[in-house]
Parts: sequence; C-alpha cells; structure tokens
Amino acid sequence: MNPMSTPSTDTRRLFDVHRGEAAPRIAPDRSVPPAATLKKWLRDMMLIREFEVRCMQAYQDKKIGGFCHVYIGQEAVAVGCVAAMKHEDPLVTAYRDHGHALARGMSARACMAEMFGRVDGCAKGKGGSMHMFDKPNNMFGGHGIVGAQTPLGLGLAFATKYEDEVMRGGKNTRVTLCFLGDGALNQGALHEAMNLAGLMNIPVVFVVENNGYSMGTSIHRGTTMAHDLKSKAIGYGIDAAVVEGMDVLETYHGMKAVIDDARARSRPWFIDLRCYRYKGHSMSDPRKYRTRDEEEAWEAGDPIGTLESFMLEKGMITADESKEMLKGVKAEVRDCVAFADASPVPADGELYTDVYMEPWGPYPGSSKPSMMGGGENTPSFRAIERSEDLL
Amino acid sequence: MSALREIEYRDALREAMAEEMRRDKRVFLLGEEVAEYNGAYKVSKGMLEEFGASRIIDTPISESGFAGMAIGAAMQGLRPIVEFMSWSFSLVAADPILNNAPKMLYMSGGQFGCPIVFRGNDGAGGQLGSTHSWCVEGMYSNVPGLKMAIPATPDDAKGLLKTAIRDDDPVFFLESERMLGMKGHVPEGDEILVPFGKARTRREGTDCTIATWGRPVHFALEAAEALAKDGISCEVIDMRTIRPLDAGSVVRSVKKTSTCVVVDQSWSFGSPGSELASQVHRHCFDDLDNYVHRVHTADVPAPYAFNLEQEYLPNARKICEAVRAATYNA
Repeated sequence: MNPMSTPSTDTRRLFDVHRGEAAPRIAPDRSVPPAATLKKWLRDMMLIREFEVRCMQAYQDKKIGGFCHVYIGQEAVAVGCVAAMKHEDPLVTAYRDHGHALARGMSARACMAEMFGRVDGCAKGKGGSMHMFDKPNNMFGGHGIVGAQTPLGLGLAFATKYEDEVMRGGKNTRVTLCFLGDGALNQGALHEAMNLAGLMNIPVVFVVENNGYSMGTSIHRGTTMAHDLKSKAIGYGIDAAVVEGMDVLETYHGMKAVIDDARARSRPWFIDLRCYRYKGHSMSDPRKYRTRDEEEAWEAGDPIGTLESFMLEKGMITADESKEMLKGVKAEVRDCVAFADASPVPADGELYTDVYMEPWGPYPGSSKPSMMGGGENTPSFRAIERSEDLL
Repeated sequence: MSALREIEYRDALREAMAEEMRRDKRVFLLGEEVAEYNGAYKVSKGMLEEFGASRIIDTPISESGFAGMAIGAAMQGLRPIVEFMSWSFSLVAADPILNNAPKMLYMSGGQFGCPIVFRGNDGAGGQLGSTHSWCVEGMYSNVPGLKMAIPATPDDAKGLLKTAIRDDDPVFFLESERMLGMKGHVPEGDEILVPFGKARTRREGTDCTIATWGRPVHFALEAAEALAKDGISCEVIDMRTIRPLDAGSVVRSVKKTSTCVVVDQSWSFGSPGSELASQVHRHCFDDLDNYVHRVHTADVPAPYAFNLEQEYLPNARKICEAVRAATYNA
C-alpha cells in the first residue's frame, strides 16, 4: 500500500496554501454555482468516463494503436480546472490527455477519430492518443515525453504576457495551465521551468495531477518530500497549494482562487492536486504494485458519484434527469466510436504534409512528395529520383 | 559609401536581428548573457539599450528550460531568437529542440507551427576540448521539420539570418566563433535577404567541384588558389543551407567538371557530407570520372592540443590532397 495514497478525509487539506511573505492571502469563494453549471460539469465528467471506457474496449479490439492512457478517476481534475479557466487561457498537458481535450471542448468524434488514426481526428491521425491538439480551444497538446510540456507551458504563458504587455502595452490578462503527473516532478525540465517562471514572473500554473504513481512507482519511491510537494515550489519562490482533486466543486473553488491570483499578479503557482487513477498506467498495466483495498478506498470517493449525490441532495437534479443524462452521454460516445470507425484513413499523401509551413523544392529535405520523385505515393524519404527535377 | 561598407560577421548578425526586431514586435532575443553582458561574443552588443529588457532577455544557464520556453512562445505566435552560447550546450536542450520544435506542426496536424530561430557558435577550432567543439549539423540535420543555415561570410550571415527570422519554420542557424571577427562587405537593409536552398558559387572552375559550407568554404578557397598554380581549376560551391540542400547546383557543376570533393566539418558517418555525396553519385552517375571524395573532421573526439586540433579539422592541405586524388593528379 502506498502510504501517500489515501483519499482526503481531512478538510484542512482541501486548500492548504503556502504563500510568499509579500503575497496577499487568498481564500476560495465556496459559493455553489448554479444548477445549470453543475449539470454541465456532471455531464462532462460522465462523458470523459464513458469515453475512456470505450477507448479501452477499442484498444482491446485493436482499433487504437500505440500507447493509450485513460483518465478514469481523474475526471474532476480536468473539468474543475477548465471551469476555472477562461477560454483564451492556454492549456497544455502530458500524454494522459483525452480528459483535458474533452473538457476543453474538443468533440468526442475528433478525439476518438484521432486515436483510430483517421483523417477526421484532431490532428488528422498524425498525433495519436498522447498528442491531442485543438487550436480553436487553446489546447496546445498532448505531449508524450514526461515533463517536456513544462517549459512549453512556461513559454505559452510568457507569450500571452508578452502579447498583452510588450505588444499591446497593457496588463497581463491570461494564465496558462500546465498539467503534469507526479512522475514529472523528477524531470529536470520542470525544475528549470519553475526557476524561470519564478524569476521572470510568468503567469503559469503548474498543476501536478498527483495520482500517487508514476507508472508503477509510488510517489515516495521516486520523489523526495512526497508528503509535502509544496516544498518543491517554495525553493523557487513560487506560491503553492494542495487542492482536492476528487471533488469537482472543491477543485473548481481552489483552482479559481489560484488562477484569479495568477492572472491579477502575473505570478506562477504550483498545485499539488490530489487524485487517483483507477486504471493502470497504460493498457498493459496489471497494477501489481498496489492493493485492491487502496483502490476501493479511493473509488468510494468517486468524483462523479460525489457530485451527483451533492446535486440530488440539493435538489439540483433528479434521479431521472441524471439517468437521462448518462443515456445521452452513452449515445454520444457510441456515435463517436461509429464516426471514428467510418472516418477514412489519411491519404498516403498526408505523410508528406505538415512537415514544413513552407515546403520548398526541388531540394532534398523538402518533404514535398512531388519533389521527391515518387508522386503522391512515395513510400518514404528518398533522394530525388529524376535528375531533371534538380536541373 | 554604404556600398563599400565592411563590417564584422558578428555585426552582420546583430544588424539582421536588430532590423527584424524593428520590423516585427513578435521577434525577441533570449539566451545566456545576451542583454546586460552584451553577448558572450558581443553579437548582441547594444541591443538591450535599444530594445529594452522585455525583448532582449537574459536567461539563467538552463538551455532545456529556456529553449522549451521559446518553443511554447512560438506555438502561441511569437518569433523567438534563441542564442546558444555554443551549439555544444544545445545538447542538454535536445528534447525541446529536436522533439518539440520540428515536430509540432506535424503532430498537431498542421495546427501549431514553430517559427523560431536557434543560433550560436558551432564547430571546433578554439582549443576548447571535446565537450565544447561540437559540429551539430552532423546530428541535427538528420531531423525532418527543421531548416538549417550555415553562413560562411558576413553578408550571408546577415542575409540568411533575416530570412531565418521571417521563416515560419524552426531554423537552426550555425555560426562560427572562429569567423565572428571576419570582415566583409554587407549591404544595409532589406536588399540582402538570402533565400534558403540556393547555393552560392564562390569561385568558378572547370576541373573539380568543391562543395562545402560554413568555415571550410575559406579552406576550400585557399586550396583552390593553391591548386590553380598547378593548373587545376576548382569550382567552389558554398551550400549556405543544409536543409534545404541545393544539390542541383552541385550536380550542374559536376556535369561540367566531372569530379567532386565534398568538404564537411562534421564527422563523416551519417553526415550532410555523406548525404550530398550520395546525391551527386545518384544524379551524376554517368558524368563522374571518379567517386566523390570527402574531407571531414577526423572520426575521433575533438582534441585539445593545438597541433592535434589542426590535424583534426578539414584544412586547405587536406582539400588539395582530395582534389588531386579525385582528378588523378596525385
């Protein structure tokens, strides 16, 4: 059993903040949003869960290739965080990214088609499960190398601040949310990014989705000060908070306070967001490194059940409405699987597009199929076949 | 007056950056010691004064962090210039510069480009020992999605850098500390915008084509001068960019000379030189009187001792030997 991995029972842990001396105190505004808002969150969480269940099936059916990491159990994190952001705030994450993509507004169809490697996927089937990009929704990926997205998130926040302050001569208006897993705590890139963020006053929030495990290694086996991750940020002069990740209301309230502060003060934050992934690291993980007892303890505080019970209790939804909602979600996910299955595979010519913004030719290294000599069906890079193309 | 103006290679680089920064507010410079120190090699001298600390940005020694940061900024639409004090130091930023910048457009299905320039000193020659003497073109030119320019003279340094900054793709811009003080005529303003993928004939000749780029261009010209005295006429072609690689200019030349020597200061195994030689073999198969000869840096780590380092690098003597061998004048 992972000693760090226990569901929250202590309400003092829900929003445990460390601030620099000069920083103003902040406290979450815990007023309950309107029923319509909570219904949307409930539906978004149901959608992510149902989507991931069907992903696992599609993976077993070999419809999805490569690596696939599902988000089941962590739905409140993406939904609560995105609810606390503005649409124009950039979001970047690691490879367990389907939940963030859906919460950000990507259609289930585009997300599923991407995993099926089809042309209607968000990246025309060129990115796959770990690389979900959605420009209209300010979703900057989906990144496969652990920790690699942390300097990118820093850069997105640098850029929005630069646009606001240097190019427009105004005040910073945007905040970037950069998600990472607890495994990324041990990557150098994160520490360089945190140092730069603290040094340069960059409005980026590093959200550690602390589910207790980096693949099969429990956090205390891989990370120092695992019992108090805030200490990592304190050394970089970054404000830090522990935020509850299994209760979407609490996630939202905590993250809203943090994001508002980051926006107003143009400062970075570091969040230890406590959550749990119910399934394995990827599809091939039998979870031998943890006990069924531990899993059940967390599942007892399921984020979807928690919100649903709260809403039923407050009369914000009826049992029938909730049932209808789930029915609708299941239909939407069935539809997205059928859509992905029917979507065409990318044309062979797609192999050579999107390598350069400005393809050129007739030079080697152009990635322009017609210049490679083989026409649309050139199987792989090769030297220019027709000398006349060169002359 | 301005038509005859001669400036140093480092000044040409600075002019390119400053002109582009005046032209486009999205362009900014970041790197170690670029601002208050005026650049470790004085390339950015005076730029902090003109553009201020919000656009000329000193970073700590965190190549992975600031290179990745600049890539994120480019994804959002800015046009960063990242100065690596030495390309040797870019190795600790390999993940962002190789795994993110050149692949972002592809992985996102065309949604997010990465208009960024990475620039700095490349190559050995200063007795810096093995860790600081990298010719990264050997390794990095292998990666699709990036462009690579290696200017040999001050005018090309300016013209290619301006093109690089305006380019919408990631450009790896390889300078040479050995050449920063080299002087040459450089026009002011936009008239000098050198397109990528267009080689430059540095010297015309009829007996042997020498294709090269960067600092070895000067060794090749020195060799051509020496060989001319022996009646061997060399055509020296400066490739200027490695991606795109203007193999056509070399092929056209070889169809005339029938022999070819490729000079490349990176290691020979899997290098731009081996790629170019392969292209020439492919397209001049019936024209060649001899196989393409190649002069590379020795296939060993860079040594420190002065004499060993000189022997390690390509030089005029080695090029002369290669040309004589290729033209059966050995």
